[in-house]
Amino acid sequence: MMKIINYLDHIDKRWIYLVLAIAVIFPFLFPIGCPMKITPPVSNMYNYINDSIPEGGVMLVSVDYDPSTMAELHPMGKALITHCFSKNIRVFLMGLYPPGVGLAQDMISNTLEEWNKSNPDNIKILGNDISLFAFVPGVSVVILKMGEDIRGTFNTDAYGNDLDSLPIMAGVNTYNDIDYMVDLAGSSVILSWIIYANGRYNQKMGIGTTAVSMAEYYAYLNSGQANGMLGGLKGAAEYEALLIKNNVSQDRNQASIGMDAQSSGHLTYIIFIIVGNIIYFIKRKKEK
Amino acid sequence: MFLKKQLPLLVAMFMGTMMIIQFFIPHPFSKNVYSTILDWLMIVTAFTLLIAVQSTVQMHITKIRRKVTDWQSSVIVLTALGITVFVGILGGAYAPTNILMKIFPNVQPGSDTPLMYLYIYFQTPMQATIFSLLAFYMASAAFRAFRARSFDATMLLITASIVTIGRVPIGQFFYANMPEVVEWILNYPSMAAQRGILIGVNLGMIATSLKIILGIERGYLGGGK
Repeated sequence: MMKIINYLDHIDKRWIYLVLAIAVIFPFLFPIGCPMKITPPVSNMYNYINDSIPEGGVMLVSVDYDPSTMAELHPMGKALITHCFSKNIRVFLMGLYPPGVGLAQDMISNTLEEWNKSNPDNIKILGNDISLFAFVPGVSVVILKMGEDIRGTFNTDAYGNDLDSLPIMAGVNTYNDIDYMVDLAGSSVILSWIIYANGRYNQKMGIGTTAVSMAEYYAYLNSGQANGMLGGLKGAAEYEALLIKNNVSQDRNQASIGMDAQSSGHLTYIIFIIVGNIIYFIKRKKEK
Repeated sequence: MFLKKQLPLLVAMFMGTMMIIQFFIPHPFSKNVYSTILDWLMIVTAFTLLIAVQSTVQMHITKIRRKVTDWQSSVIVLTALGITVFVGILGGAYAPTNILMKIFPNVQPGSDTPLMYLYIYFQTPMQATIFSLLAFYMASAAFRAFRARSFDATMLLITASIVTIGRVPIGQFFYANMPEVVEWILNYPSMAAQRGILIGVNLGMIATSLKIILGIERGYLGGGK
């Protein structure tokens, strides 16, 4: 018995990596399809977009993350855009950092392609239904300036077109003309949006963040400064589940598929913690 | 001395005080001043990006010159930087430039640019891969370091385990109301601690801002002592 305990206690960490890798890859090959309960922060955001933004309304999505957290945050953006398309809501994307603008561009190409393929009777066009603002440096300053004059902040979209020439810009000048905004970020830039866009200009907003950061933002949900939150891949998967439930999407998407792998990975962590502690207590008892 | 020390302090004091006063005056003149200052700030920030590039280039050139350990990595950094800048200027960021369309007639106005290609197919997988390695280090730490050595450590371990398993759908197999339990943990005990930290941090930020405006805090001027 002690031989096994000692072996496990000094096991080469590469075996641990291998077990985790198998645990994560296996569900992609053999999907589990775990059922999912929708949590209130996710349903609040969904219901607000679904019921409170009128047709032709405006939603802003700020893509403030880089590729390191895109596995969690990219599916959120895609699900939000798909939802807006289904409600004929105009969507503006932007990024406060250059990597975010690149990912926003990727998000637009993917969602436009997928939507137009599956909805030939409701084609969405870049510049009419969705647009990407040009990158402007300044982070908090950009957020503040948008409250005064959105056209003056960006001047052009990311493709060099004058904002005044875009049909999507009709009637959009300040935050007063944006019905809802969601910041997707894994960093504290969310606080800048809460403090400046919501605090100073009363912009109604929601949060999309990584699972590891979400605990930080419950205080703002509770205070009403944000009315909904998508936390980590599960938040995105819950949103996708709501889209499927309401017939906006038909198939399981990126986040829902990834949840099986994440479930398996988390379960593996718990098993590691339990086994590690059993080893620890047996050895401690033996030493006494 | 005046230009290096007193003048920046006076500028900081004037601008800080003015922006606070401006906030409470909804007059069009005040709003115009505010809007103009925001424009200035965006221009200044754009120049800080240039300083960042200059600093990166200078640091890596120094490393190559001195042949420090792994100086070859600096060559890769500078080469990648040069290629990206060249491709970006020649081909455009999100829409292809006229020069690119002239050189490659099959490139259309709606086509992807070479810069986006580099970003999506080089930088994105590399950065995502590096970050995903964290999952493996965490697995190793879960097995070796996450031990119930004391009461505090045990509390942390139990809470973290509940949140870890409750934040994925498989948690519902063990206990149907697991998502509600996790929401409760995040909404009450965790938020109480977060609020305490946030209030402390923000009070500190207000105090530091006041110290800068009043010229007591001078660390931002640089220059050591």
